[in-house]
Amino acid sequence: MIKRKPLKRPSFLSRNALLIIGLVLVGIMSLSAVLAPWLTPYHPSHLNVDNLLQPPSTAHIMGTDALGRDVFTRVLHGGRVSLWVGFVAVGISSCIGLILGLVAGYFGKLVDEIIMRGVDVMLCFPSFFLILAVIAFLEPSLTNIMVVIGLTSWMGVARLIRAETLSLRERDFVQAAKAAGASPMRIIFNHILPNALAPVLVSATLGVAGAILVESSLSFLGLGVQPPDASWGNMLTEGKEVLGVAWWLSFFPGMAILVTVLGYNLLGESLRDLLDPRLRQ
Amino acid sequence: MWVAVVFFGITVISFWVIHLAPGSPTDLVTTLNPQADTDARARFEKLYGLDQPLYVQYGRWLVRLSKFDFGESISGDRRPVWDKIKERLPLTFGMNVASMILTLLVAVPLGVASAWWRGGAFDRTTTVIVFIGFAMPGFWLALLLMLWLGIQWPILPISGLTSLNFASMSPLEKTWDLTKHLILPIFIYTAGSWAGMSRFMRSSMLEVLRQDYIMTAKAKGLSSRVVLFRHAMRNALMPVITILGLSVPSLIGGSVIIESIFALPGLGQLFYGAVMARDYPLIMGSLVLGAVLTLLGNLLADVGYGLADPRIRFSGREA
Repeated sequence: MIKRKPLKRPSFLSRNALLIIGLVLVGIMSLSAVLAPWLTPYHPSHLNVDNLLQPPSTAHIMGTDALGRDVFTRVLHGGRVSLWVGFVAVGISSCIGLILGLVAGYFGKLVDEIIMRGVDVMLCFPSFFLILAVIAFLEPSLTNIMVVIGLTSWMGVARLIRAETLSLRERDFVQAAKAAGASPMRIIFNHILPNALAPVLVSATLGVAGAILVESSLSFLGLGVQPPDASWGNMLTEGKEVLGVAWWLSFFPGMAILVTVLGYNLLGESLRDLLDPRLRQ
Repeated sequence: MWVAVVFFGITVISFWVIHLAPGSPTDLVTTLNPQADTDARARFEKLYGLDQPLYVQYGRWLVRLSKFDFGESISGDRRPVWDKIKERLPLTFGMNVASMILTLLVAVPLGVASAWWRGGAFDRTTTVIVFIGFAMPGFWLALLLMLWLGIQWPILPISGLTSLNFASMSPLEKTWDLTKHLILPIFIYTAGSWAGMSRFMRSSMLEVLRQDYIMTAKAKGLSSRVVLFRHAMRNALMPVITILGLSVPSLIGGSVIIESIFALPGLGQLFYGAVMARDYPLIMGSLVLGAVLTLLGNLLADVGYGLADPRIRFSGREA
């Protein structure tokens, strides 16, 4: 029998706990990526033939790979790749989404119709299919990956901003600006944009997590960051080859992905709760 | 009308995304092949109509597509694209449906229970697990499970669809063999979607539990069970139907990774191979098919929504 209990809103502390955990995880992963060259005595592609596939020890806390490279060092350097891809890809997709959403929401009518049907079409594609199709024809390079991920993930932001713009457009301060003779550009960028940024912040934070996952999947398939450069995805590919012999090669890079994605998700979700007054009642 | 416009958009993107990218399908057999000269390249391009302007190629492709003809694959066996897709589709489709059902079976009860005991120990524990599940990269989980259940404690096969002696098995053994090979992949699919779904179910349920009619139902003195299952859950399930439709593209996209890890001959593996071989017709065919399946998923979700919600059933569609 289910006991009846009044619906209780979680205390502010417990809601902020998620935010704090998220911040800490993101902070640790970002710092370790930025400071990677100073955190370990090894070079990420330094080969050491006397030290192949060593299990974790005090000298190599995450062991060594099939070429004798230090796994910990490579995980740190892989973090730089992930961080970079996450931020640039999300920067690109947020810019596209922002502009299209603002334009669609502000001008409405035919412009809105065209842009939103474009969003519908893009949302129909399994984005991983699209990304693969394009990446395979380009050289698999970091720049290409970031651009392609950015170009295939702007639809959510566009929808959010359009909805936000639609309601802001009718507000008094926008009407006043219009009456004062402000140009559409000025209204959109000076009056609407600053008020519509909150949801973008949330979706950008969650987007970083998504982009990192896509990058590691691509690298895992061999279409992302190319060896000898380290990325969590391609380290897992190497780990798969020696799965039965060296578990540490598969375990740590995956753990790094998990922790990073978890951090950004926690951060994004708790920002959403904080910024959305509907949930805060 | 909307469907026609979106479908047209799908063909536009499927076609241009590949044709605008640098490189050509003839590269692999010509430029990269020292024995082929420019003459051979020209002949090759003529054979597949690649010497025509892009809009002519697009027009031709569209005309054939309208007759349900996806063209012939230009790499390897040169078989019709549709035949190749058709033999791969059941596996990917079956795994997706199985994992969707499993996802619902796991996520709905979890979400409902979390919302009902909101803020309690159960809710907090599930929230933590959900966040971890949500951040778990599917291919990593797959590797760990392969290591654990395939190598260290070998009870499940980790690659392929059937065992080597499949042909000599009885029908019952064959079924069991197939099931054993599919347990891990389906589990990975499910692991990728249950977390988001249960989170969604929870917030949908919380939204419903705040409504006045729940208060009314409780005030009438109905038992918790009736309030929960008859009044709250039915309404909270509505948005889940939509999400189920929206999750189709990520399931299809995920098939590339999962099928490549477990060496399963499905749509994802076919697409990956097509991309690597620059097989234009096959890539375009798979893109169109993937997008159309998503479109169908969304339409089905709309229909299901209408069937499940009397307000829509009786009053016609609203935005």
